Amino acid sequence: MVVKVYKPCVPLSAIATSSTHGEDSPYFAGWRAYDEDPYDATTNPSGVIQMGLAENQVSFDLLEKYLEEHQEVSKLVNGIGGFRENALFQDYHGLNSFRKAMASFMEEIRGGKVKFDSNRIVLTAGATAANELLTFIIANPGDALLVPTPYYPGFDRDLRWRTGVNIIPVNCNSSNKFQITKQALEEAYAKAKKADLQVKGLLMTNPSNPLGTAMTRPVLEEILNFISSKNMHLISDEIYSGSVFSSEEFISIAEILEERGYADAQRVHIVYSLSKDLGLPGFRVGAIYSYNDAVVTTARRMSSFTLVSSQTQKMLSPMLSDVTFTKNYIKTNRERLKRRYNYVVERLRECGIECLHGNAGLFCWMNLKPLLEEATTDGELKLWETILKDLKLDISPGSSCHCTEPGWFRVCFANMSIETLDVALSRFTSFMEKRRKT
Amino acid sequence: MTRFSRASSNPSPETNPAPPRLKSDEGPAMRIIVPLQGVVQGRGGLVLGSLLPCALFYFLQLYLKSRNRPSQSPPSSPPTTLSTPDDHHASPSSPPSASGSTIHRTLSRGLLSPRSHPNVSSRAAAVARPDEDSLYYVGYKRCLRDPFHRVDNPEGIIQLGLAENRLSQDLILDWLEKNAYGALLGGDKPGELNIMGLTTYLPFDGSDNFKNAVAGFMGQVLQESVSFDPSQIVLTSGATPAMEILSFCLADPGNAFLVPSPYYPGWDRDIKWRTGVELVPVPCRSTDNFNISIPALERAYTQAKKRGLKIRAVLIANPTNPTGHVLSRDTLIDLLDFVTEKNIHLISDEVFAGSIHGESKFVSVAEVLESEGIDKTRVHIVYGLSKDLPLPGFRVGVIHSYNETVIAASAKLARFSSVSAPTQQLLTVMLSDKQFISNYLEANRQRMRRMYLLFVDALKQLGIECANSEAGFYCWADMSRYITSYSEKGEKKLWEKLLTVAKVNVTPGLSCHCIEPGWFRCCFTTLTEEDIPLVVERMKRVTQGPK
Repeated sequence: MVVKVYKPCVPLSAIATSSTHGEDSPYFAGWRAYDEDPYDATTNPSGVIQMGLAENQVSFDLLEKYLEEHQEVSKLVNGIGGFRENALFQDYHGLNSFRKAMASFMEEIRGGKVKFDSNRIVLTAGATAANELLTFIIANPGDALLVPTPYYPGFDRDLRWRTGVNIIPVNCNSSNKFQITKQALEEAYAKAKKADLQVKGLLMTNPSNPLGTAMTRPVLEEILNFISSKNMHLISDEIYSGSVFSSEEFISIAEILEERGYADAQRVHIVYSLSKDLGLPGFRVGAIYSYNDAVVTTARRMSSFTLVSSQTQKMLSPMLSDVTFTKNYIKTNRERLKRRYNYVVERLRECGIECLHGNAGLFCWMNLKPLLEEATTDGELKLWETILKDLKLDISPGSSCHCTEPGWFRVCFANMSIETLDVALSRFTSFMEKRRKT
Repeated sequence: MTRFSRASSNPSPETNPAPPRLKSDEGPAMRIIVPLQGVVQGRGGLVLGSLLPCALFYFLQLYLKSRNRPSQSPPSSPPTTLSTPDDHHASPSSPPSASGSTIHRTLSRGLLSPRSHPNVSSRAAAVARPDEDSLYYVGYKRCLRDPFHRVDNPEGIIQLGLAENRLSQDLILDWLEKNAYGALLGGDKPGELNIMGLTTYLPFDGSDNFKNAVAGFMGQVLQESVSFDPSQIVLTSGATPAMEILSFCLADPGNAFLVPSPYYPGWDRDIKWRTGVELVPVPCRSTDNFNISIPALERAYTQAKKRGLKIRAVLIANPTNPTGHVLSRDTLIDLLDFVTEKNIHLISDEVFAGSIHGESKFVSVAEVLESEGIDKTRVHIVYGLSKDLPLPGFRVGVIHSYNETVIAASAKLARFSSVSAPTQQLLTVMLSDKQFISNYLEANRQRMRRMYLLFVDALKQLGIECANSEAGFYCWADMSRYITSYSEKGEKKLWEKLLTVAKVNVTPGLSCHCIEPGWFRCCFTTLTEEDIPLVVERMKRVTQGPK
């Protein structure tokens, strides 16, 4: 065979070669720094402590205990369960028992204040996939979604990369504790119209990432009125709903809808996942709950690209359906997170750092404005670099969350042992002491 | 030559004012455009061709709307919905099915009153459309509603349309029952559990351990003729997302792949839906044993170019689906030369590589690359654990590429379709049990061969000849002698008869874009030997029944 001289690199798509994956931002750069020099109490005590990853490790001992005490359930890790014949197969409806278990768990988190119909649940491999799927479903390439700021940096990628959809920020600031206002919504909408973009929906995270606050009733009502008046969809990402410190403080959009007799419910879709509340991000279990039949059908079909392993479903089903377990888990998890949060905020306050008053989540929203050399994004990034290089702490700068006010940082506290957390906090303390002296 | 032109070249007894048969998965827009096309082509006047159908459509929607006035249910429970098949019925795996008739009414309601309901995107509309034009999915749905069960429902529809392998699942189940607990929860000390490693975030494209295990398995399947580098692998939740992710990387919306046909019906959905990539079928002929023809590829490429359609890749399955052939080394070399000359990609879907029941040895395109010194950056392999191991529920797919950019982009895109951690852990242990895997592959091969021979023989008794297949879970059967008119219509009629009279679901060639009417894909791996005489009896209702 003649050896042919081939032309230089065969061309790839725009998606493959674009940087919409957003992984050039500081948010991810910090992760890389951690990967290269990870803290370890014994082998690398001066390494980088990862405070930029919202993972929940405070309660997984409860999971272990459950599996230990329920041997017959732990046998289900084989993924077989009661029906050998069908154990290895599934279709895209997912296992009925697992969807029921998810519905039950979601109801428990909301204190039984709403009911969820398991037939409206579409399983996806994680909330990341759920958000992207919904975006594909409600918007065409070139359309826009409104997203209140500050928001989870991953949205830039998850909502835009393959979908071709734009994000228009709804800007919030500290003057009113970063709450979403009608004015901000209208401004964002007008901006989209001016740019000739069709706004198809609003995506909000409740409780908020990175703020760590649950949305209040008046704000939720305002938002529902707004999306109705503009005939758009509402995606309520409630993946941190089980991490609100006390159940009374969380109001799910589902509750408001129920109170309104489900009028206009067809606009609303809820996203959930086991990655945060249950601390199982590796399991890749997410869900879309939609009140819109067409969206449920479409999402089900599209979920063929992102199904949950049947083995995982079989494994988790009994545990999630066990109301005694879930009640206790949710309560305990909330208490532990609350305690950690209060501890962190107190220690930070002692060394002169204030945080936004939060009531949810795996992180706090830290105010470092007084430390900025200049009140700009550059100033913020400089401070971020200092904290990374000198304190060896990876925290997330507000600018990567599209916060319009420089100086805010998201600091995760639930992804490490209490000992490591102490080390991190003492690094803050010495940093602030040094600054006072100079 | 498309199905389309073949159909119109056959004199049909009816004069047919309706629009020509649409290719499957054309969007809703086509329903308006086609009548207009009729005008342009001189078929039917302006009124018949366009206004009448549009007016009828409009009045139909109005009628449906007035029939289905939305009534809000009382607040205490959320709006109830669709009935869905439960676990017990679940005829498992891939093809999607919509639920009951409620959905259709709601959908049309949505289309009617844009002011009160937010619309879904046009992509979603295409996806949510009822499946009526895709017989592959229609058959699957009907089977779901009335599934055959030896004891509970002996008159139900026998599913021969789903490529699932249950012949050797007992071996896998036994292994799992014995080993899964230890593999996942076994701590260092007896009685100790260790789930810590499972819970945290893993790399989205798969853990290193699992990649190593999968690469090793792929090598074992190929009897070590190729060694796969784990760093050139991206793992995804099934071959379905693997194929889609690869398509997103290799082509832009509006581009196209050349696909020798007949091909796997699922690709029409998996590849076209969200990427906007077109598939151009390149027909293979029975006279040629359905072999791939390079001149046909050349013609298709040129024609596409003339239409302004940019071809970015050739997509093949090896072994082929639905014909069950193992591609020869020469064919692979010819394909590589072709894509090299055109500076495009080659995607080789090798999901059935370990499911060879015939005598030929399987040659992966990877093997050819090694020995022929061709630019590897244009060659990509899709693989998975849903066929060669009967684990479609566990969701494990593979993209293998020598192209660094493709691997880097795919690894990031895998975040939307990652493999579940406990599944990775469990299968790492299983795949590393080389002895078990070796036993499984061999035992399965033998069982497949036996079943294939029995099944082909049974069909022969009915006067149905099958193309020579050596791989896959199906045989490619020529039932043309039983169709009343040698046309798409005739084939569809026969398919319908098989489904409703014989109550057997098979996949018609037209779903696979086969241009010769009368070919059907019949899967035999969900059957037991005892089922075969029953299948024969059922089919006799059609083959020996009134025409």
